[in-house]
Amino acid sequence: MTISTNDISKDNGHYWIKMGIIVLLGAIFFILNIAMGSVFIPVKEFFKIIFGMGSENPAWSSIVINSRFPQAVTALLAGAALGAGGLMMQTLFRNPLAGPSVLGVSSGASLGVAIMILFVSVPVGNINMFSQLAGNFSIVLAAIAGAVLVLLLIGMLAGRFKNNTVVLVMGIMIAYAVSAIVGVLQFYSLKEDLQTFVMWGLGSFANVSSNQLRHFTFVIIIGLLLTLMFSKPLNALLLGENYAQNLGVNTKKIRIILILITGLLTAVVTAYCGPIAFLGLAVPHLSRNFFKTSNHLINIPGVILIGGLMALICNLIARLPGYDGALPINAITSIMGAPVVIWIIIKRTDFRADV
Amino acid sequence: MSSILKTYNLSVGYYLNRGKAKILHRNIDLELFRGEITCLLGPNGSGKSTLIRTFSGFQPALTGELQIVGRPINQYKAIELAKVLGVVLTEHPVVGNMSVFSMVAFGRSPYTGFLGQLSKTDKLIIKKAMQNAGIQDLQNRQFHSLSDGEKQKVFIAKALAQETPLMFLDEPTAFLDFPSKVEILQLLRTSAWEQDKAVLLSTHDLNLALQFADKIWLMGQEKPIVTGIPEDLVLSGKFGSYFDHKNISFDKTIGTFTFDASTKQAIVVHGQNLKLDWLRKALHRKGYRVLNTKDKDSSVIEFSLDIEKENFELKSDQSSMAFQNIEDLMIFLDEMKFQKTK
Repeated sequence: MTISTNDISKDNGHYWIKMGIIVLLGAIFFILNIAMGSVFIPVKEFFKIIFGMGSENPAWSSIVINSRFPQAVTALLAGAALGAGGLMMQTLFRNPLAGPSVLGVSSGASLGVAIMILFVSVPVGNINMFSQLAGNFSIVLAAIAGAVLVLLLIGMLAGRFKNNTVVLVMGIMIAYAVSAIVGVLQFYSLKEDLQTFVMWGLGSFANVSSNQLRHFTFVIIIGLLLTLMFSKPLNALLLGENYAQNLGVNTKKIRIILILITGLLTAVVTAYCGPIAFLGLAVPHLSRNFFKTSNHLINIPGVILIGGLMALICNLIARLPGYDGALPINAITSIMGAPVVIWIIIKRTDFRADV
Repeated sequence: MSSILKTYNLSVGYYLNRGKAKILHRNIDLELFRGEITCLLGPNGSGKSTLIRTFSGFQPALTGELQIVGRPINQYKAIELAKVLGVVLTEHPVVGNMSVFSMVAFGRSPYTGFLGQLSKTDKLIIKKAMQNAGIQDLQNRQFHSLSDGEKQKVFIAKALAQETPLMFLDEPTAFLDFPSKVEILQLLRTSAWEQDKAVLLSTHDLNLALQFADKIWLMGQEKPIVTGIPEDLVLSGKFGSYFDHKNISFDKTIGTFTFDASTKQAIVVHGQNLKLDWLRKALHRKGYRVLNTKDKDSSVIEFSLDIEKENFELKSDQSSMAFQNIEDLMIFLDEMKFQKTK
């Protein structure tokens, strides 16, 4: 009997090459993110600044360290986290159109944030102080609570109604209802608070200060590592809950763990960067199609890399008009993400397929 | 012979809303043995799937005890149970971008490490399982591109790779064409016999079950579960009684279900030949009542078949006619009837 393990190891080879391509692209866009903007910083200077050798122009040094570098790192991590969250949701709910923004998870996080900013009125001096506000622990916690609450609700519905379209429609309805509550909160809130909240809602990777970046990075990396740890049960869940259970997965426990990790990743990103549309939905599909596999051992690193890359690209496009943070990130991610959704629907005649 | 699965006074069913239990079957005492293929037969709604789901640990038993390898099922962890019983469900999951090899490799999942990396032994077992299921040529194909029968074999290979002494399959022959049904049953029987597995499958293919099963479990609504070997169940009339339904009845002599649709007159047939069997079937299909001997009714057409001759002969009191094949005979009978009614 011949054991043709060659083809499998060959597969692994092409995964590495593809990963390498994305890492390379990611590095290029990371540098572009730092170099390009209202002030152009030469690449040579950029490396000098990054490696702590200082720059001939102290202003450049300040821009890179205080603004562009944190922003690029935030984009990278946020994209990775949303991609991973979207992938877990699509597998967990066995639904190719699941994603943080579609099923109301971002809305849930927004509700938490809205309650904190608008209702509890976490004190904010003015918009410029926003970055301090975003770092506020209570807001992050409220966002996580809101996101996990919505996820649990969707999880219950998905367990009860096996039909994906039904769950999807319900998720969209939940998103509407939660947005409506946010709307009511907005109606009764102070003008200043409202402005803060609206700015937050447009989405931006620029709100994480260098100080907060450490916490943000720490939490996101923990979340991503946890996601990687669950690639085996995630793979088993591709076969559906019963098969997964028969393969030794404690499905009830895994479901809750995955919901918590997804909630953590999505909510932290939402609290710091605002509700980012479509990225979480589109990135897993890009990864599955690029790597041509449904295996989570490949796709989790895949969505982390592609998610980071996509966020960097979106962030760069948002800054193209010429000055920092010109366009809201949500506008860009929607323009790029909506065609992906349409493409998914056109490509898949079977709505349940291809998770 | 000791059983590998045993139930004591088991009740199966499901919970309705508000915690009320709907019991489908109670006081079940059943046993499964290694090296045997058991077919679970019964009409829709008789609780076949519920029983298999309970056996698989997907839903709890309502009362009573279910022992697997001498240990109650609720004392098993999911990972332990995964090494004792493998399941094949009715519906195949829809997975894009998954090779047949990876699909079968899921069977090794209970044995692999944290990230699910396959060892050399795992890969050998997967290859062997694919070979036994006859799908080794498909290993690099995409799962979603396979036919229903091939998909079924992939999942059976997955269950084989799981190396469990018990295998449960919920309607593995549904939606398949006839040769695929037979292939699947042959594969399962070989697995049971050669790998000493206890295989339990539910099916609606009664005739195939009679030919392939070592044991048959009959289920019906509001009826106790009856077990036995196929022939005993047929002779005792139990087999028929679980499926009798208005015009359908099980004909013990020919071993198939017949549809009582006699609308036309009775015909007496003589002879002993393969041709006779098929002639009886044809007449029955057309709605004639087929008798072995002439009864008092004189309007009966008598029909005799000469074994020596190639032809079919139709005899009545006055004359006799010969026909080339059954079709011609049928046409003649129909015309005759037509004239009579005129």
